[in-house]
Amino acid sequence: MTDQLTTSAQPAEPADSDGSAPPGRRPSRRPGPPRLVVAGRDLTLEAGFAVLLVAFVAIAGSTTDAFLTEGNLTNLLKQMVTTGLLAFGMLTVILTGGIDLSVGSVVAFSGIVAAGLSAGLPVPLAMLVGLAAGTGFGLVNGVLVARFQLAPFVVTLAALTTIRGLAFVYSETPVAPEKEGFFELGSAVLGPLPVSTLIMLAVFLVGGIFLSRTPAGRSLVAIGGSAETVRLAGIGVRRHVVLAYTISGACAGLAGVILASRVGIAQPSVGTAFELDAIAACVIGGASLAGGKGSVRATFAGVLVLALINNLLNLYDVQSFWQQVLKGLIIVAVILVQRTGRFRTAGAPNPADPGKARLS
Amino acid sequence: MSSTARTALEIRGVRKAYGSTEVLHGVDLTGRAGDVLAVVGANGAGKSTLIKILAGAERMSAGELRLDGERVELRSPHDAHAHGIRTVHQELTLVPQLSVTENLLMGHFPRRFGGLIDWRAAHARARELLESIGYGAIDPRTRAGRLTVARQQMVEIAKALVSEGGRAGPRVLVLDEPSAVLAGGDLESLFTLIRRLQRRGVLIVYVSHRLAEVTELATTIVVIKDGRIVAETAPERTDENELIRLMAGRGPGRLYPARRPDAGEPLLTVSGLHRPGEFRDISFTLRAGEITGLFGLVGSGRSELARCVFGAEPAHAGSVTASAVGTAPGSTSEAAGASGGHRLFRSPREAIAAGLALVTEDRKRTGLVLGLSTAENIGLTTLRTTTRGPLLDTGRRRREVTAMVERLDIRPAHCAGLPVRTLSGGNQQKAVLAKWLLTGPRVLLLDEPTRGVDMATRAEIYRMLDELARAGMAVLLISSDLTEVLGATDRVLVMREGRLTAELPSDRTTEDTVLAHAIGHTA
Repeated sequence: MTDQLTTSAQPAEPADSDGSAPPGRRPSRRPGPPRLVVAGRDLTLEAGFAVLLVAFVAIAGSTTDAFLTEGNLTNLLKQMVTTGLLAFGMLTVILTGGIDLSVGSVVAFSGIVAAGLSAGLPVPLAMLVGLAAGTGFGLVNGVLVARFQLAPFVVTLAALTTIRGLAFVYSETPVAPEKEGFFELGSAVLGPLPVSTLIMLAVFLVGGIFLSRTPAGRSLVAIGGSAETVRLAGIGVRRHVVLAYTISGACAGLAGVILASRVGIAQPSVGTAFELDAIAACVIGGASLAGGKGSVRATFAGVLVLALINNLLNLYDVQSFWQQVLKGLIIVAVILVQRTGRFRTAGAPNPADPGKARLS
Repeated sequence: MSSTARTALEIRGVRKAYGSTEVLHGVDLTGRAGDVLAVVGANGAGKSTLIKILAGAERMSAGELRLDGERVELRSPHDAHAHGIRTVHQELTLVPQLSVTENLLMGHFPRRFGGLIDWRAAHARARELLESIGYGAIDPRTRAGRLTVARQQMVEIAKALVSEGGRAGPRVLVLDEPSAVLAGGDLESLFTLIRRLQRRGVLIVYVSHRLAEVTELATTIVVIKDGRIVAETAPERTDENELIRLMAGRGPGRLYPARRPDAGEPLLTVSGLHRPGEFRDISFTLRAGEITGLFGLVGSGRSELARCVFGAEPAHAGSVTASAVGTAPGSTSEAAGASGGHRLFRSPREAIAAGLALVTEDRKRTGLVLGLSTAENIGLTTLRTTTRGPLLDTGRRRREVTAMVERLDIRPAHCAGLPVRTLSGGNQQKAVLAKWLLTGPRVLLLDEPTRGVDMATRAEIYRMLDELARAGMAVLLISSDLTEVLGATDRVLVMREGRLTAELPSDRTTEDTVLAHAIGHTA
């Protein structure tokens, strides 16, 4: 048996009486596309995104004067905050093998509650209540999924409609806060950067450390790979799943409050289909909806890609329905490119992968 | 079907390589119609690859296959099927939610006008089919998932024999470990069926670990080892000992370390454990310095028992008592609440705290997180405690993992950062062991730890278990491999249909005796 592992992994012994390992999955000898390895870390994905983003910016800058203006760039930075926050929360849930469809409704509810309460309460407190509401919804989702073993898709689909309904129950009409202080969170800048963008960056930074360097974060990722393995290792699976949904709810609550503050008005109908952008960002970033696989950095890149697409299509004055069509096609294209690269290097996906079997 | 001496299947120089590794190095086989061609070999010898090639699931890298003298290319399972090569795989492939009829006739149901399925005719045809091969006791309307494993296996065989729409029936029937889940009367009816098919001129390729039945059934026995045919013989010219020697390429004694001296204090006492539908009234004791085997056929409840002892499944009644937890054997100091008294572990975490470890049967599903690195997998059991402040102590984990990789000789040596899925089966199993050894267990439960593991690694695993036992650990080795369960242990517990039926000293017990207790044919 060879004990060298260079470009190709050491092939497993012929899987006798162990038919679950189709050999097609084994890394092939054929050299894949070139990999960029810096200090022992494979940065191909990151480099790929960097090239993509530079290309986006170059094309945008050279074809329209409106792109590289301070106003547009600030706008771009602010617009990506909502998708960014939702995407990070979504990633934590997707890593566990779940999905959170309720985030768009939470954005609406948290925003409208914060806006409504700001009339009677100090603004920061009202905003905290909005954030807490989102966190609470996430907690309930998590408990239903983890404790009662309901399918994440069903639980959060029910939450999507319930919470949307609650937002309308709270106020059928848009709520316009009167206190000036309410608008600060969404409009303040610190140097060249909007404060809301900085908050989102902080969430990604702290969240990235949480997912990669803490026992709880690693447990979440491992649960998405094989919950039973994790449970047998003496780690509480339920509490970690609850935690993931709670984080997603909190991110959505924060996004809702920031959005209401930036727009200056809270609408009960806002946030429809926001969950789709969040999921798209994760998937563009290479996350697997089966769980156990996903990257914080690449998800952030996915957020940037989506924000740029939106911004450019607006600048080019593309009609909004065509924008939706183009956005869908671009997402598929990005994922296809990524997938092809991965297939050649890592071999075909394993159909017997246990993670895939329980896609919910 | 004039002559029974007709050569039904001939393969010449079959090679198969995965990437740069060749696992079949030019295999020749010839089988005549009506033969039972038995293929025996150790785990990893290449039997499964050969079967996959015959079934059309894998394409050979070189070589040729002839059916009735005619050269045939098998590009897909469908090709193999169309040419009359039918395969019953070891893993059950029935759709549990569908009826037996639907499973049998899938894709070619009898239709009524309008294209609707004629259920009455379908059930009748399924019943007829089952009766024609002696499995008339199975009701075709039952959902497949509700049948016992043995009966599902029978349906699998029936499914392989369906001859659809005028196409030729089976000419070659490949059976991969068909008896693994059968016992007693079910086994007898399988043998009867095989003899009936023989008379109809079907060539049976029979792959099995059970040498006794191979010598009873086969007309020709082929021994495969390390991807080559090392012997071809007739059952009357050989015996089990010779076959084992041919398969292993060494005396069986070398594979297993010497037995251990007398056992020490009891470390785990299970008493009256009961879980409805799985096992009842199970009592046994595991002692320091001893390796105890647990043998049972599939469905006997052995894996469920292990999971229950470990707190992964609740029990209905009974108790599991771990003796005092201490770092050194013989220590009587007690860890907080984790020991003493008659109780059950309510979760794996409690069991781990009491010094238990469980290597599960299915390492890909419940032993490893395949997407993570080897280091993360080995570090999983100690994830919660390997911290510095709120963060993981990556330095300490690296040291612990490196030490384990060295101690267990996990290959490649730099596997820590590699995805664990790229390791070979044997090295994956070592990684699972490493994960548990990091918790410093005193009672080690292992469920089929050598399944899908090559011979060399098996020998290492046995040696490692021996060392651990000698250092004062209590080891429970659950296995459906008779040779292993006797060779690697000091005593053997036998389970049948959820009950413990025997406790036997390993050095004075034959495989037949163990099997008799497991099947229920005690003299």
